[in-house]
Amino acid sequence: MSDIWTLLTILMLACFVGYFVVWGVTPALHSPLMSVSNAVSGIIIIGALITAGGTEMNISKIFGLIAVFLASVNIFGGFAVSHRMLLMFKKKKTPGEKK
Amino acid sequence: MTNTVLSCSYLIASALCILAIRGLASPRTARSGNILGMVGMSVAVIATLSLPAITDIRWILAAVAAGALIGIFSATKVKMTALPQMIAAFNGLGGLAAIFISASEISAGSEAYAEASIGMLIGAVAFSGSLIAFAKLQGLMPSGAVVFSGQQGINLIFALGIIGTAAAYIANGNIALFEILVSLSIILGILLILPIGGADMPVVISVLNAYSGWAAVGIGFSLNNVLLIIVGAIVGASGAILSYIMTKAMNRSLVSVMLGGFGLEQNKDGEQKPDDRKTAKSGNPQDAAFIMENANKVIIVPGYGMAVAQAQHVLKEMADALHQKGVEVKYAIHPVAGRMPGHMNVLLAEANVPYEDVYELEEINREFASADVAYVIGANDITNPLAKTDPHSPIFGMPVLEVEKARTVFFVKRSLGTGYSGVENPLFFADNTIMLYGDAKKVTEEIVSALEK
Repeated sequence: MSDIWTLLTILMLACFVGYFVVWGVTPALHSPLMSVSNAVSGIIIIGALITAGGTEMNISKIFGLIAVFLASVNIFGGFAVSHRMLLMFKKKKTPGEKK
Repeated sequence: MTNTVLSCSYLIASALCILAIRGLASPRTARSGNILGMVGMSVAVIATLSLPAITDIRWILAAVAAGALIGIFSATKVKMTALPQMIAAFNGLGGLAAIFISASEISAGSEAYAEASIGMLIGAVAFSGSLIAFAKLQGLMPSGAVVFSGQQGINLIFALGIIGTAAAYIANGNIALFEILVSLSIILGILLILPIGGADMPVVISVLNAYSGWAAVGIGFSLNNVLLIIVGAIVGASGAILSYIMTKAMNRSLVSVMLGGFGLEQNKDGEQKPDDRKTAKSGNPQDAAFIMENANKVIIVPGYGMAVAQAQHVLKEMADALHQKGVEVKYAIHPVAGRMPGHMNVLLAEANVPYEDVYELEEINREFASADVAYVIGANDITNPLAKTDPHSPIFGMPVLEVEKARTVFFVKRSLGTGYSGVENPLFFADNTIMLYGDAKKVTEEIVSALEK
């Protein structure tokens, strides 16, 4: 897709984006931050899909399928538990002026 | 599907994953952010599955379905007090997935030895480290630090062994070396987390969270996949920043936490006898109820003890009862209260405490002077004034909640014991402190029934 320098450039830019986005997260939501980031780190499923998608059943495909399974637990579990947590964060019935 | 469509889908997916984190800037936008994250993930998966190289998706669908079932089931069943170990378990699964992906690439004949090794190595440390963290949090093994002599030397030997094996493997691609590398990395992960325990857990969980991100970056490099690199870097940054915030809130460096063994020299069992010269005043819940209902402002300071006793719901009842009597009630949260970042906020939210009533350390500290009562429930070290006054104390320099400035301080505790740091808290013996001995939940329940009379 691209050479190593392009990838490193992308990595550096992503680190900057991550830095600013994460500092913007309110401390009250640090637990959901962990579970959401956990869920999105399940993006490695992409790597697993490619090796698990061949027609021939071999050791590479089996490893890939195990990884697909593990990453799926991460993705579904992570988003579900985040959703559950976030539903609990409620405002007062009569909205105050603070924050 | 053409390459352009795939790249475009990955572009959209990375933007959506960034927005998912961005949404957490405020509780108002967090839920929609979470949904954007789910959409991003689906876009990426569907686009990948449409690649011509993927010829048979039956097994993949089965694996995803099984994973979804287990993931959603555990996410809906887990108790909010058990969240830290669940996050640890998920981090571990991510790491394990990274190991299997690199193994799968290697056995498919990939020659990206270096990149695959990095992804595998970080994944393996995240996996085994998370297992230990999980076992400690779940109470399957002692939660404290496990230290033995020569520990750091052994860790160093393992680290050097990993570097050597990795170099040899990258040079000749022998698969046996890769297998050795996997085992060494798994052992290193265990060794790294063993000496860290108890109140240092928030740091450990954050660090492991970061590892799962960097593992994705490594895998991204081995597959030349931009999406993995971007999302992995953001998760890595998130874990790194959380670790920084947690260590700063304890005035310690990441290095000193990772080396572990904090608080071991002192007796940290909580059984230590207080100095004979000093006596702590103790009170009963009825007195506490009387003082609190006549107060104008009460600030509640929750700690890990509240989580252990599951006292958050009855605490909310107490706050409601006080509120009805015209008392202003606020909550003060120290960044490292609990066993993971934001732990207390989630528990209070679970008990329906509106988030506007919950304040961070810097916001609330000046308010203690104007508060009539500080109600400290299951917390200790995070209120210890020695952190400000005693340069010899192990917790010196740690930012603390200045509860002693309130007119009356209630400590709900089982005993006069020290906290995790092993440092005695002089506040217990202060003139304006009243100890309420007992289980956090029972004591608070009794206060509620006294208030309702």
